[in-house]
Amino acid sequence: MTSGLEIARGHVLAAGHGSGTAFVTDPVSFWGGVSADDGVIIDVHHRDRGRSVAGTVLVMPVGRGSSSASAVLAETLRVGSGPAAILLASPDIILAAGSVVARELYGIECPIVELDAASFEAVTACDGAPLGVDASDDLAVIRALDEECDLDP
Amino acid sequence: LGAGALILDDADEAMLAGEHGAACALGMRTVVAVAEGMRASRLLDITGAHIDGCIYYGRVCLDWALRFRTLGGHVRVPTTLNIGLLDLLHPGLTDLPEETARPARELMETYVELGANPTFTCAPYQLAGSRPGFGEHVAWAESNAIVFANSVLGARTNRYGDFFDIACAVTGRAPAAGLHLTEPRRARVVLDVSALSDALLASDVLYPVLGLLLGGLAGNRVAVIDGLPAGLHEDRLKAIGASAASAGAVAMFHAVGSTPEAATLADALQGEQPEAVVPVTPRDLRAARDRLQTARPDAALDGVCVGTPHASADELRRIVAALDGRHVRIPVWVNTARGILAGLAETRVEEALRDAGVTVVVDTCTYTAPVVRAVRGTVMTSSGKWAYYAPANLGVEVVFGSLEECIRSAVAGRIVRDDDFWA
Repeated sequence: MTSGLEIARGHVLAAGHGSGTAFVTDPVSFWGGVSADDGVIIDVHHRDRGRSVAGTVLVMPVGRGSSSASAVLAETLRVGSGPAAILLASPDIILAAGSVVARELYGIECPIVELDAASFEAVTACDGAPLGVDASDDLAVIRALDEECDLDP
Repeated sequence: LGAGALILDDADEAMLAGEHGAACALGMRTVVAVAEGMRASRLLDITGAHIDGCIYYGRVCLDWALRFRTLGGHVRVPTTLNIGLLDLLHPGLTDLPEETARPARELMETYVELGANPTFTCAPYQLAGSRPGFGEHVAWAESNAIVFANSVLGARTNRYGDFFDIACAVTGRAPAAGLHLTEPRRARVVLDVSALSDALLASDVLYPVLGLLLGGLAGNRVAVIDGLPAGLHEDRLKAIGASAASAGAVAMFHAVGSTPEAATLADALQGEQPEAVVPVTPRDLRAARDRLQTARPDAALDGVCVGTPHASADELRRIVAALDGRHVRIPVWVNTARGILAGLAETRVEEALRDAGVTVVVDTCTYTAPVVRAVRGTVMTSSGKWAYYAPANLGVEVVFGSLEECIRSAVAGRIVRDDDFWA
């Protein structure tokens, strides 16, 4: 469990604990859009092409999942180039399955959380700030690990 | 966002406790974890599964399949396999480095050892014995197959992906949520195509482009297309679905008069009002087609790729008819299933294709697998899905046409296309 100021609660799509710098971005498909080698966004149409998701708390509204997004997410987690957590504004069972598998096979956790609109808004205000995500059983808690977030509504 | 309260029955609990073996327990742990995320209140029985996890993207794919095999896993329901990265029947055709080819082949073989049928096709619904009936629950992965199962067969599946597919197959269970239930299958959006000309409605080239438009407009919502001719050929419905699932997260659509839950518009809407009615004009379709094409219509043509999703027996016969005994001047690849070729063994179809210089690819697909004499330059296709993905996957330029136009172009060695009905 991380300590810090709670900024949001959400619905657990995949359980686990993770922390990292919030990376707020547009939807990216792991299949075809992210390099499993280094976590770098390779989708030529993406505004953050060239940036890496590795070690970040990846914040995007939807997962844009192809059927194979599970495999590519899990492969990034296996090689250590995956995100520390993923925060979404809608459910994505394909990404969730990738996280569940990485945990089963390698004990690597990447919690995936679905947030409501207000919570998602609060989290996007933390772009670039360190966040902690604790997702266990039926509740996920997102915390700001320092005070850089703009938490004013 | 409240937590779902998933209730397992005694058989589920027994699987979870390992009473059916460790592989079944692993499958059930995975199904339960994902079902909770879906807010399912229970699981339900499935009658079949289609697995996409047999295509190799990295070591994790093989590790997951091998874990089930090591634990003594076996599928509990009839299970088909999607394409892999290799054409196992024509080993020289796919040009992969050995360090990728070896695990990619082992992955395909491991799923067969788990009891799956070595169909290696993205279109299992074209194989006799692999078509779920109306109202049957299945767990299918591969986006075009999911759309076809829901829309054309009236079977019920969510958009499942790699890894979750085998978990459902070894347990025979899936979360009772989403498109397994009746209400979520209701159309939210109406695409009204009544403004299109009879000539356009009669042309094959319309359907993949209409699918792209549908995918862009509907996103993950169920849409109904109103105004198409009734009783559309399955190949046309297949083309709509494959394009729609490429351009959007579409899992199901209705076509009034053609798909089984849309005898009427009101049926597709389940008696409710739609969120939106979108009229489709020839101009919209032309724009959608043009967005799909990266090559100039007068570009020199380097190759033709058709059969994405895998060509049906009818489509292979149409290619042979369009060839009309002539030889192609540029490379032509046709993807199909080994099961489709086996079904045509008594005919001269495969021989006629090869005699004409056409390369038949099975078990994989030219939009994802590196094929010898690598596809490059400007390539013509009749597939909305191929056109959507190939420029990024393969670095080719794409031009779009009907199946017959693709074959006529291959014979002529240049783009031959009739643009009149787009007017």
